[in-house]
Amino acid sequence: MLPAFAALVAASTALLIFAGGLVTSTGSGLSVPDWPNTYGWFMWAFPISKMVGGIFYEHLHRLIASTVGFLIVVLTVWLWKAEPRAWVRKLGYVALAAVITQGVLGGITVLWYLPDAISIAHASLAQIVFCLTSTIALVTSRRWIRDSGVNDRTLQRISMATTAVIYAQIVVGATMRHTGAGLAIPDFPFAFGHVIPPVWDAKIAIHFAHRVGALTVAVLILATTGHVFFHHGRRRELRNPAILLLALLTMQITLGALTVLSQKHFIINSLHVVNGALVLVTSLVLTLRAHRVRFAEFAANSGSAIGFAERNAAYVPRGANA
Amino acid sequence: MTRLSLAVCAAAALVIACGGGSQNQQQTSAPAATPAPVAAAVDAATAATVTGKVKFEGTPPAPQPIKLSSDPYCQKANPGLTTETEVVSADGAVGNVFVYVKDGLGGRTFPTPAQPVVLDQKGCHYAPHVLGIQVGQPLQIVNSDDTLHNVHGLPMVNKEFNQGQPIQGMKMTHTFSTKEVMVPFKCDVHGWMNAWIGVLDHPYYAVTSTDGSFSLKGLPPGTYTIEAWHEKLGTQTQTVTVAGKESKDVQFTFKG
Repeated sequence: MLPAFAALVAASTALLIFAGGLVTSTGSGLSVPDWPNTYGWFMWAFPISKMVGGIFYEHLHRLIASTVGFLIVVLTVWLWKAEPRAWVRKLGYVALAAVITQGVLGGITVLWYLPDAISIAHASLAQIVFCLTSTIALVTSRRWIRDSGVNDRTLQRISMATTAVIYAQIVVGATMRHTGAGLAIPDFPFAFGHVIPPVWDAKIAIHFAHRVGALTVAVLILATTGHVFFHHGRRRELRNPAILLLALLTMQITLGALTVLSQKHFIINSLHVVNGALVLVTSLVLTLRAHRVRFAEFAANSGSAIGFAERNAAYVPRGANA
Repeated sequence: MTRLSLAVCAAAALVIACGGGSQNQQQTSAPAATPAPVAAAVDAATAATVTGKVKFEGTPPAPQPIKLSSDPYCQKANPGLTTETEVVSADGAVGNVFVYVKDGLGGRTFPTPAQPVVLDQKGCHYAPHVLGIQVGQPLQIVNSDDTLHNVHGLPMVNKEFNQGQPIQGMKMTHTFSTKEVMVPFKCDVHGWMNAWIGVLDHPYYAVTSTDGSFSLKGLPPGTYTIEAWHEKLGTQTQTVTVAGKESKDVQFTFKG
């Protein structure tokens, strides 16, 4: 039950990121001026009939965020009660702290009229929360417990670099969104008809950095997935996320292009945001699986009994009758 | 504390939180404390007038219909609502242009009117779309609609504010502490709703009507820089010199 619930929490976090993308894409961030209340109402008592215009997106985002926050509280308590690995329990505490911080940042950014720095931090921390919930879902899954992993240092390094660069690219994307630079370069694939923009200002620089970042991410993903297909093509736990990563990358570049060409249509723009998060988490899953053997070493070296259990696929949940 | 008292406290907190605001709520954002200057009265016997028209040369931009489907009330209350940026008549007269004395008044100070300027949210748009006000003069913002609005002022010099008006008939009062041309207003609930307010430290301003005309009355004799501001067409300035009791005509022409 715990792995399924953890997967549900991770999925709900992705939904929350999509809802957050809709808020920014529709310019609804300040349509509810107060926080944590909504126009003076307790959040959950706000009438549905009054969810009109921008309020629909902002209030819906708050409701989903509260639900996700509650689910993460349950997940953390569940891990605390049932999870034998201390580091996994700690992941739960970190996720809880992150989602609370995320909620506070969301409130502050409304009360302070969307300052760029806070809004960018809010968008960037959302990805961390998604990474944390997804990691918990992964490491509590039966497959994680069962699989032994591969010891390929090259794959470990390249996949980790790919994940880090994807995250940096998402932060640049958040900066672009919140500084209003999304259409600073209005054409695609060129920039004002050139490969390199002929004119520069801060917004054009941010936008162009995001495009260069996309190219860098694409090269790294191709390198990582190519390595997986060439060296570990028979290992499903590596091959499947590699295939998914390629598919999501293709979709992400398409959505990025359509965001510019559609003059930032709010649905396309929001799909670009959530798909970016899925690219990050898929790369993270691949990275963690590439490091699977090192997790077993870590557990063994830290003196945890589960270290032996992990290495020998003899995982016994806390409280279960072995 | 017993469980019963905790439950009572929680219920009380819920009742308070669920209030949704008072219909007669009034909020005032106080201006920065500045010493009131002594106003020197303009001699009415020698006061001059600057009148004129604002015109547009070229193909006049047509107002665009606004999609109101995100709020059923707006759709019902004002189904034919169009954008208000392009107010150009068939003969090229431009409305919603803010015309004001930009320079030339020297160190003169003027009394602050106590009468409020009203900005109404009616039929899911701001009425008027462009207006002027003096520093310290109350701006009364009213919600005449049976839907929720948020009043979001985005000045660069004055302090930004964002106030919800969820109930029909709600009013709030705001004052500006510093002159600023122009202060944009928007409703984030209804993305099409916007207004512009020119904040000045003197009373010599006007907003052109649909025939493009304006009038700046009661000016002391002197040489002035007059600016015409339009939210899309930009700004134009002209210098004009008026003697006592003189009336001069100034024409502004924007080109498309």
